[in-house]
Amino acid sequence: MTDLLTPTFITAFIIACLSGAVPLMLASIGETVGEQSGVLNLGIEGVMLMGAYFGYVVALGTHSTWLGMLGGLVAGAATSLVLLVLNVWLGLNQIVLGIAITAAGGGITTVLYDQIYAKTSPRIPTDNWKIPGLSDIPVVGGSVFSQPAMFWVSLLITVIVAWFLVKTNWGLSIRAAGQKPSSLDAAGGSVMRTRSQAVLLGGILSGLGGAYLSVLATSSFTPFMTNGLGYIAIVVTMLSRGKILRVVIVSLLYGLTIAVGTVLQLTSLDVPTDLITMLPYIVVMIVLLIFGRDVNNSPVLGAPYTRGAR
Amino acid sequence: MTSTDTATESPDGVTTEITPLKEESEFVTTRTSSPRRRALDIVVRSVVPIVLALIVAALILLALGKNPLQFYGAVIENGLVGQNWQNSLVMMTPLLLLAIGLIVVFRGQLWNLGYDGQFLLGGVVVAGLAPQLIKATSPGIAYLVLTVAAIAVAAAWTFIPAWLKAFFGTNEIITTIVMSTIGVGLTNILIEYVFQNPAVRTPQTRAIDPGDMLPYIPGTQVPIGFIVALLVAIVFQFVLSRTSFGLRLDVFGSSAKTARHVGINSRTMTIVLFLISGGLIGLAASMDIFGQWGYMRTNWNPSYGNAIMPFVFLARLSPVGSIPFIAFYSVFATGGTIAAQESGVSVDFLQIVVALILVFMTVTEYVGTKRDLGQSYLPDELKDAIRKPLNAFTGRMAK
Repeated sequence: MTDLLTPTFITAFIIACLSGAVPLMLASIGETVGEQSGVLNLGIEGVMLMGAYFGYVVALGTHSTWLGMLGGLVAGAATSLVLLVLNVWLGLNQIVLGIAITAAGGGITTVLYDQIYAKTSPRIPTDNWKIPGLSDIPVVGGSVFSQPAMFWVSLLITVIVAWFLVKTNWGLSIRAAGQKPSSLDAAGGSVMRTRSQAVLLGGILSGLGGAYLSVLATSSFTPFMTNGLGYIAIVVTMLSRGKILRVVIVSLLYGLTIAVGTVLQLTSLDVPTDLITMLPYIVVMIVLLIFGRDVNNSPVLGAPYTRGAR
Repeated sequence: MTSTDTATESPDGVTTEITPLKEESEFVTTRTSSPRRRALDIVVRSVVPIVLALIVAALILLALGKNPLQFYGAVIENGLVGQNWQNSLVMMTPLLLLAIGLIVVFRGQLWNLGYDGQFLLGGVVVAGLAPQLIKATSPGIAYLVLTVAAIAVAAAWTFIPAWLKAFFGTNEIITTIVMSTIGVGLTNILIEYVFQNPAVRTPQTRAIDPGDMLPYIPGTQVPIGFIVALLVAIVFQFVLSRTSFGLRLDVFGSSAKTARHVGINSRTMTIVLFLISGGLIGLAASMDIFGQWGYMRTNWNPSYGNAIMPFVFLARLSPVGSIPFIAFYSVFATGGTIAAQESGVSVDFLQIVVALILVFMTVTEYVGTKRDLGQSYLPDELKDAIRKPLNAFTGRMAK
């Protein structure tokens, strides 16, 4: 094992860890904003796939990873419009709609990919930003300070969302809409508008997360590439209980399990690959069993708000 | 945890965080017209979403440069015509059993979304043990023993989510999905490391001898599992609508608080419902392996549960009522898989159709409920949001 602990290896390990963590982090923050406002977006898997696919398409077409990320953002926002109109505006069942969005996201992206790219499966050239000076530091330089520039933007987004959620009136409205929508309504706020904004922001961030996965982390698209990441995002959200810092920490832990999984595959140990894919889920289940028992989501989470209804 | 959390949480830990599909009850109480009209209305509401979804799907096919009429023709051709209806019935067997498994928990307003893991774990028990057990004993004993085993394994896989939900109110949607993913992975590991067929290099179990599969219904090529599924549907229809258990389940489903007042133990109820649901899914797996496949390989996941989701709701959570819907989907999926391959569309196109049906279903239900109640189709707040800028605009115009 000692020959594994070379600087090259540690660099690769950190890269695997970060590129596993960031898509999940973005999606989980999006889901957190949605759940804080009382909307449980179960279709996040579908939203991420749409973001991943359309980000990939745009990045291929324009040869720009930035425009690719923008494409993922727009696709995520557009997909979340389904939930916005049908659930937030008309009050239709979130779980049924979530399942529909997941199915549609998987179906649409796979059908389109099969139709257009399956034969060639083109890749996107990597576009990493080596921070001058810092990227020369051994180990950390080649990993942390040679990430795609979007990595730093993601961190910035995280800080901004965390600040807005806690420190602004907008954040207060979001949390009021998720805890007791009638009080927000009575105070003159609009539950519908607040939740609409939250769902849209959630869609944007999930779309970005999906696009990060395809455009930057893997440089390619494969059907159903999110492979349950959307569900993990829901779990992360549940465990973090609205605290963005916890979202970041849990996402990094997830990235760590991904990296450990990759390492285990590299070693000559005969570890089943399925055990590695199961690892994060098993961790989640253990965490839920030990710490998550008293997880109490907001009582109105998942319930559409109707003014005057009891 | 804030104080508002605890205030709305019922003492037994069951939080009511999920919206009930309350359209149904409103529908029953507010409708005053004749029973025939009501029945017609139900049929219309159930068929309209499917028709709309098929129309939109046709438009998507057109956009992909395929001929939708040819596609749907191929669906009917391969799903119904000639002897092909028998294939559809074979496919219908696990789908119907799974549907009943979902109906039971959904009626209790609990969400078991871990069907994939439960199904595959039940299936791998059968596929992994059947070939040798049949050799050691007889097919009849193997059917019986392994079906019971599959039911037990699949039911057991629901226990942790059920227990967390019953005692701590942990959201069962999330826990069942997580357990499902673990179950899928565990199935692959079991196939590769425990039940691997030594004669082949691909990771798969030994196959059951074609002669030892479930016998056919006389005169057809459909295994008797189909009859089992129909019987289970009828039995559960009776249990859910004519017995005290069914009544208690419905009370529990409409209001956990009321249920507690009338002496229903919601913890026991939650766990029992999950175990029944998992058990039926295990039965579905057993019938599917014994009747149709005979073996399992890794990464095989038919995802039956996602596919039938719209139809259990369209059938208004009635086991017998779901039969025509599941039959429709079986024909559509059997024919559609071949039609997709013929026309060069990804088979996942079927998923888009399912999603479309789900969306149109909720919209149709919404419109119908609003019409029955004589309410406006738009909620007040949305109307305000539209009216205010509009008034401001027209007011400015008047000046």
